[in-house]
Order: sequence, then C-alpha cells, then structure tokens
Amino acid sequence: MEVRNKGAAPIRVVLAKLGLDGHDRGLKVVARILRDAGMEVVYLGLRQTTGTIVDAVEQEDADVVGISMHNAGHLTLAPLIVAALADAGLGDVPVVIGGVVPDEDLDELAAAGVGAVLGPGASAVEVVASVRGVVDAGVRASGN
Amino acid sequence: MHRATEGRTPAELLAAARGGERRAIARLLTLVERGGGAADAITGATHRLTGTAHVVGITGAPGSGKSTLTSALTTLLAEGGRRPAVVAVDPSSPLTGGAILGDRVRMEAATVAGVFVRSMATRGHGGGLALAVPGAVRVLDACGFDPVVIETVGVGQVEVDVAAAADTVVVVVTPGWGDAVQANKAGLLEVADLFVVNKADRPGASDARRDLDLMLDLTEVSGACSARRPTIVETTATKGEGVEDLLAVINTHHAVLVEGTGLEVRRACRLAAEVRARLDHLLGEAAGQALAEAGPVVGETPVETARRLAGRILGAGDTR
Repeated sequence: MEVRNKGAAPIRVVLAKLGLDGHDRGLKVVARILRDAGMEVVYLGLRQTTGTIVDAVEQEDADVVGISMHNAGHLTLAPLIVAALADAGLGDVPVVIGGVVPDEDLDELAAAGVGAVLGPGASAVEVVASVRGVVDAGVRASGN
Repeated sequence: MHRATEGRTPAELLAAARGGERRAIARLLTLVERGGGAADAITGATHRLTGTAHVVGITGAPGSGKSTLTSALTTLLAEGGRRPAVVAVDPSSPLTGGAILGDRVRMEAATVAGVFVRSMATRGHGGGLALAVPGAVRVLDACGFDPVVIETVGVGQVEVDVAAAADTVVVVVTPGWGDAVQANKAGLLEVADLFVVNKADRPGASDARRDLDLMLDLTEVSGACSARRPTIVETTATKGEGVEDLLAVINTHHAVLVEGTGLEVRRACRLAAEVRARLDHLLGEAAGQALAEAGPVVGETPVETARRLAGRILGAGDTR
C-alpha cells in the first residue's frame, strides 16, 4: 500500500528529552503530530544525553532533531546540543526546541544556533510547518 | 536532501563507511531505503563484500520485549569485543506514511556500548520487515558489522519474512501469550530456530515453556522437523537475566550452520526470497499504475478486469 508521493522520502526526525526532565507528554503529542504528517519519528524519550542524541541523529541519518524542555534549562542545554552536533560533524542538522520558553529568550536561542522554537500554544499545523520549514531551509542553504 | 554527504557518490560513501565513518554508513542506509538508482549501485557494490556477518532475526508479538532483548544481547556482544549492528523495524501508517520508530527507547545501553542501531519504517511492506532490510543488512555486513541483528515489527501469526532474511531466527514469547493450541497453529512458531520466553520473572513462564515443548514434541511426531529441535531459553531482558544463555545458544546455532551445509542453504533461500520480494514489489507497482490508467470499469466483472490488466502488464515488456 504505497501512499506517499513517489520519490518523496519522508522527513526523518529524532525527538528526545535532554537531561533530567520528566515531562514527556508534550513530546509524545508532537511525535504523534509529526507521524500523522507523514514523517518518520525516531523517538528517544526521556533522560537522554547529548551523546545518545548525537548517536541517534548520526546513525538514523536524521533530517532534523527536536528537543523538548520543560525545566527552564533551555538556555543551558540548547547550546550544548547544538555544539555537540557540530562537534560530531552534524552541524547541518537543524535543532528545534519545544517546551516552556519565555519570549525574551528567543533571540538568545536563535543566536545559539537553534533553528526554531515551539512554545506551549503551538498548534499541530504550526508544529509541522516549523519542522518542515527548518528542513527546507537547510536544503536551500546547501544549494540542492 | 541537504546533506553534506549527498555530494559523494555511492562508491565514495562505501569507501568512507568501510573506513568506519558512521555518517557515511547511515547515509548508505538512507539511500538503500529510498530505492532507485543509488540503491541499485550500492547493492551492486556491496553484494560481493558480504556473507561474513551472522544475521540474527528477533521477532515476536508487540510488547514481548524484542527491543530490550536486542539491546541486552548486542550490549553483551559489544562488551565481548564483537561489532554488532541492529536494524529495528517499526510499522509505517498505511494512511499517512508516517511512523513512530520507538525501538531506541529500549536500546540506550546498546547505544552507549557503541552498537550501531538503525530504525527503519516498513514503508508499506508487509511481512514484518521493510523491503530495504536485506539491502541494509548487506551494507552493514560490508562495513564489517558482525553479527547483524534484525528486529522485526511486533508480529502476529503470519509475518514470517524474517525467516528468509536471517541465519538464525529467535521467536520471543511471554508468559500468558497463549496455550498449547496457540502453540500448534501454523505460522510464526514454525520458523523459529530457537525460542525465548522473555519476562520469565512473571507468573506463567514455566507454562509457556511447557506449551512450546509440547508443540515441539508434536513437530517431531509428525516428522515435520528437518533441522535441530529449537532450544527454549528463559530471559528477563530488563535485568539481563538469561541473556548470556541466549547468546550461547545463538552462537551454537550459527556454529552448526557453518559446520554443515545449513548456512549455504539458508543464504540461497535468502537470495531467492529477496528476488521474490522485489518481483512482488515491481509487479505491485505496475498493477497500481495499470489500475489507475484503466479508470472506472463498467461492464466487466472484477476478475475479468484483473485478468485483462494482468495481460497488459505482462505483455508490456520492460518493467525497469
């Protein structure tokens, strides 16, 4: 039963919670939204480290990685994962942060290399558009 | 897509992958999964480099503990100096094509131990595996991984593709999975080279073992067994209990295959099965196309239409 457009490979996205943060309900909702948008979601779940996330992004050949943060650690953790990916030669894989992020932190996250931020009010349509957006921007940036 | 690696040819990627570059390995797997010209080129380049890896299939019902067991097993292998890789398959949605690939949730130990784990969606393929699994196994084999463990989707009774894809098939059951009648039904249980009763710390483990044993007794009575009687191993994968026993039994099975002609026979069957799957896929695509072109059918029975379209497909010559 082939339902995808021929030649259009699904976007592969790695989803994880980084560090000690047990609030994974939002991540599960996002996983389901992206699945229903036709993406292949490699779900890592709770208590991941930068190491396990980088391994997954590399081995799964992910197009994008989404990290969920609900413990006010985003200004510390988001730059860490961006740097860890860059160190592993995966700096071209965009990072999307989801969770509780105050508006005044958005500029700092963008400066740290975060591709997009999805806050608590993000709709399913916005979640999908945001993930597609950063993947497409990456494709354009590489010129193919 | 946007990859820096996209600029490299399959041959360049393969050289880098065989040199140990993990991203190149991952990229090759992506290309194999997408199919088409690049996948064909990779198959051509890896085909003669393969045959070294022991391919182990792990299958069983959803939630039976396949991923946890795969993690424990490959962690043990990695700690013992082997270089295992995992292809973990989960189902794609028939409606949207999307998938949740959740096997890594249970495979953190393996990841930390350096095991290469790749999740794969079925992308519309039935039988418990993805169409690209044989190609992926070939890439991992060519890159020096041994053993290569295939974890199927959570299966029911008839998804037995893994039997044609692996040298050693491990069927995982759990306490309370069924009774002696279930154990004698045709399908999955017939293709097992060995059985695992996982979650053996739960009540009913010895009952599950007994039911399997009775089924295997009947297999011998009916004379249907051509090979060794499958060993039954009890494990509690979450605690690592029984996993060393399982590894020993898997290694014994492999040794017996290698000593006799079993391995050659299995691999000949594997190639034939892969050709068959590819053939089915090509014919299925042609059927879909013929049906779309035919439009609404009036004045014919469904059988007549099917025969007419089949005649057109088979007369069409090159299906590429």
